[in-house]
Amino acid sequence: MSLKSNCPTGPVEKRWEKHKFNMKLVNPANKRKYEVIVVGTGLAGASASASMAELGYNVKTFCFQDSPRRAHSIAAQGGINGAKNYQNDGDSVYRLFYDTVKGGDYRSRESNVYRLAENSVKIIDQCVAQGVPFARDYSGLLDNRSFGGAQVSRTFYARGQTGQQLLLGAYQALAKEIDNGKVQMFPRTEMLDVIVHDGKAKGIVVRNLVTGKITSHTADAVVLATGGYSNVYYLSTNAMGCNVTATWRAHKKGAFFANPSFTQIHPTCIPVAGEHQSKLTLMSESLRNDGRIWVPKKKGDTRKAKDIPENERDYYLERRYPAFGNLVPRDVASRAAKERCDAGYGVGKTGLGVYLDFADAIARLGKETISARYGNLFDMYENITGENPYETPMRIFPAPHYTMGGLWVDYNLMSNIPGLFVIGEANFSDHGANRLGASALMQGLSDGYFVLPYTIGNYLADVDPKQRLNDDSPEAKAVEQTQLDKINSLLNIKGSVSVDSFHRELGRVMWDYCGMSRNEEGLRGALGKIEDVRDRFWKNASVTGTGEELNQNLEKAGRVADFLEFAELMVHDALDRKESCGAHFREESQTEDGEAKRDDENYSYSSAWEFNGVGETPQLHKETLTFEDVQPTQRSYK
Amino acid sequence: MKLLLKVWRQKNAAAKGYFQDIEANDVSEDSSFLEMLDIVNESLEAKGEEPIVFDHDCREGICGSCSLVINGVAHGPKKATTTCQLHMRTFSDGDTIIIEPWRARAFPVIKDLMVDRSAFDRIIQAGGYVSTSTGNAPDGNAIPIKKDIADDAFNTAACIGCGACVAACKNASAQLFVSAKINHLNSLPQGKVEAESRTLKMTQQMDKEGFGACTNTQECEAVCPKEIEMRNIIKNNRWFTKSFFSQD
Repeated sequence: MSLKSNCPTGPVEKRWEKHKFNMKLVNPANKRKYEVIVVGTGLAGASASASMAELGYNVKTFCFQDSPRRAHSIAAQGGINGAKNYQNDGDSVYRLFYDTVKGGDYRSRESNVYRLAENSVKIIDQCVAQGVPFARDYSGLLDNRSFGGAQVSRTFYARGQTGQQLLLGAYQALAKEIDNGKVQMFPRTEMLDVIVHDGKAKGIVVRNLVTGKITSHTADAVVLATGGYSNVYYLSTNAMGCNVTATWRAHKKGAFFANPSFTQIHPTCIPVAGEHQSKLTLMSESLRNDGRIWVPKKKGDTRKAKDIPENERDYYLERRYPAFGNLVPRDVASRAAKERCDAGYGVGKTGLGVYLDFADAIARLGKETISARYGNLFDMYENITGENPYETPMRIFPAPHYTMGGLWVDYNLMSNIPGLFVIGEANFSDHGANRLGASALMQGLSDGYFVLPYTIGNYLADVDPKQRLNDDSPEAKAVEQTQLDKINSLLNIKGSVSVDSFHRELGRVMWDYCGMSRNEEGLRGALGKIEDVRDRFWKNASVTGTGEELNQNLEKAGRVADFLEFAELMVHDALDRKESCGAHFREESQTEDGEAKRDDENYSYSSAWEFNGVGETPQLHKETLTFEDVQPTQRSYK
Repeated sequence: MKLLLKVWRQKNAAAKGYFQDIEANDVSEDSSFLEMLDIVNESLEAKGEEPIVFDHDCREGICGSCSLVINGVAHGPKKATTTCQLHMRTFSDGDTIIIEPWRARAFPVIKDLMVDRSAFDRIIQAGGYVSTSTGNAPDGNAIPIKKDIADDAFNTAACIGCGACVAACKNASAQLFVSAKINHLNSLPQGKVEAESRTLKMTQQMDKEGFGACTNTQECEAVCPKEIEMRNIIKNNRWFTKSFFSQD
């Protein structure tokens, strides 16, 4: 099967405009005849649901949380990029496009990335119009700050809670459409499967998490906005509920999964404290604007940070990358921290940590300014660690964060299953092998507000709404039955080992062998280890209660079962890519000074994997990447 | 640490609830309150017993999912802290801890410690938004907003909708939540246009949902994990009076 990206041609800055003009339109009077399903209510899902409803489509929106306002986008702290050039520091749509393609290590599509940069400007305006309280300066104008991987100040923010404020903006837009009767909202409802009929996505099967009832919802198109999968590592910065279930089950129905091994390890998280830990807490990357990262020059130095004099400190990022210093992109900063800790210079009880020090910034700007900028993050740090970061440096360590991989989509954000659209973090399209800071919020909202509402019309224009399946059609009932069977098989394991302990075990395998750095031998061994955990899970997991009630244990078991299958795909993808690029560091492919070494001749493609059965080797399809505007060069931040 | 938990168990909204005594041994003082419950749940699961049901998600203090009345206080003893950010070092070895769900008629219990807070969503749907459609918004800087107004709007917008204010109020009033959203939007130029109708509609919906009235006890402010201030309620009453007179 050939992969058609459907990218327009011509000058990059005209492509989206040209494409919008060439797409088919749906007559306003006909829009109300269509039903669209959206799964997920994060930035992408809420904004898409609201925007499509405003256009006149009938939208059914689903989320597993108790309220759409709680989607994980809410936890994003730092900010959102917008190429406004309000600072007059030389920013432009083209520069944001350029930085993003380069930051992604030339493994994303130029056409998509340009469109993202172009939309970034409109996103800020849209959010301001909704009443999102972005930070303002004393003249009343919008304030900006700089972020990792960029040398211009293009990041808009709302203290350390930008994700929350943007999500509330989108949630309120969604609430408006629920009030208007154009969106029907289904909270506490989990998607279990996609209904594919005649090769097209025609609906979903869901489980009501309160009653346990399994039902079908049919539609003319299905949109997945279900986020990322970094909880495959068990410990990650993701919310506890984040999972791969929706995208994995769509993959099992034929949707290609692209670049699954591209998982970003975020450099500034609070280090692991002990076995009891359930998740890792991110400290916003914006902290790197004012914080200086260092470790002691002496191996195994156990002195307190304040007792280590200036000349015995190694500000290793400033030393290695003088041009970007502490603001190098995430993959570079993460690897550099790992390198120092592996070499024995790490700090804290476990030795898996580096200092993020604000002493200089406090001396220069005063405690008050630092508190105004990062106060809530400092409080959060103190809550979790019991240490006061105004007095002693924070300890940070890299942790699994954002996943660049996701379901393969074309330029219209449609997967290879017609009618199945995938937006936000759930798709693979815009960040290549590494995502720059403050770009996740941008992509979610760009897809939801400004791309999908147009491209879905192009698909629906050729769909006859009279041909829609019924909720109780045999096709839908058959999918319901397979899901009921799956739930029963989980409940029938009747083992004695908690679901969490299998998840933890899987996470350790993934972190050790498919984490911050990977090699052939480790990856090959991981395949067997994953299979072993999966086998034991299905023999001995303890899944209590019944399917006909609220059962959090069962919900978790279903998601962990999917992670146990999905993890193998990640490893296959990492094995195939015998180059280092972005967040994917293959130890066999590095430069003399230990930097990632890309291989454009052999690996300038997006991997799109086709499902062949659980435990079977998936089939690789390649989408070749071509670069007309940004010529791939060795990424250097020195 | 070794603790005795007295946990509220309730099969569903219709069933009768009761306190169950559960011992929690080997609790690390570095773990969060919810991590402590995770460990208790794992041991229950391993014994084939039903784990304790509670709402949680981000575990970073921002999604607003987690709840729990801990020793009689919503979100527990620490000021400006959500339950997920409450750490066990706050407690002492040998403590007895009483864990209950939010209690309010408008927040019916679903199971154990989990309650239904959808009333909050319906209040937002009644007008807690700016009626702008996607696309064609004016440039962000075309609407300058004084820094102190923007900061104040942010302070109110910081509400995470957890419902602690309701749980702490003897009248189960939702005034703090409602006034935070109203003042956030009404104080900004973008939201001012609909200020009166928004205030009226949201207030009416709040009443319809069965929340009680505010009696200025100020417990809501005391437990709010985001430190939303009581003065929002006072400001809101002003908006409400205005909205009452400006209706046709």
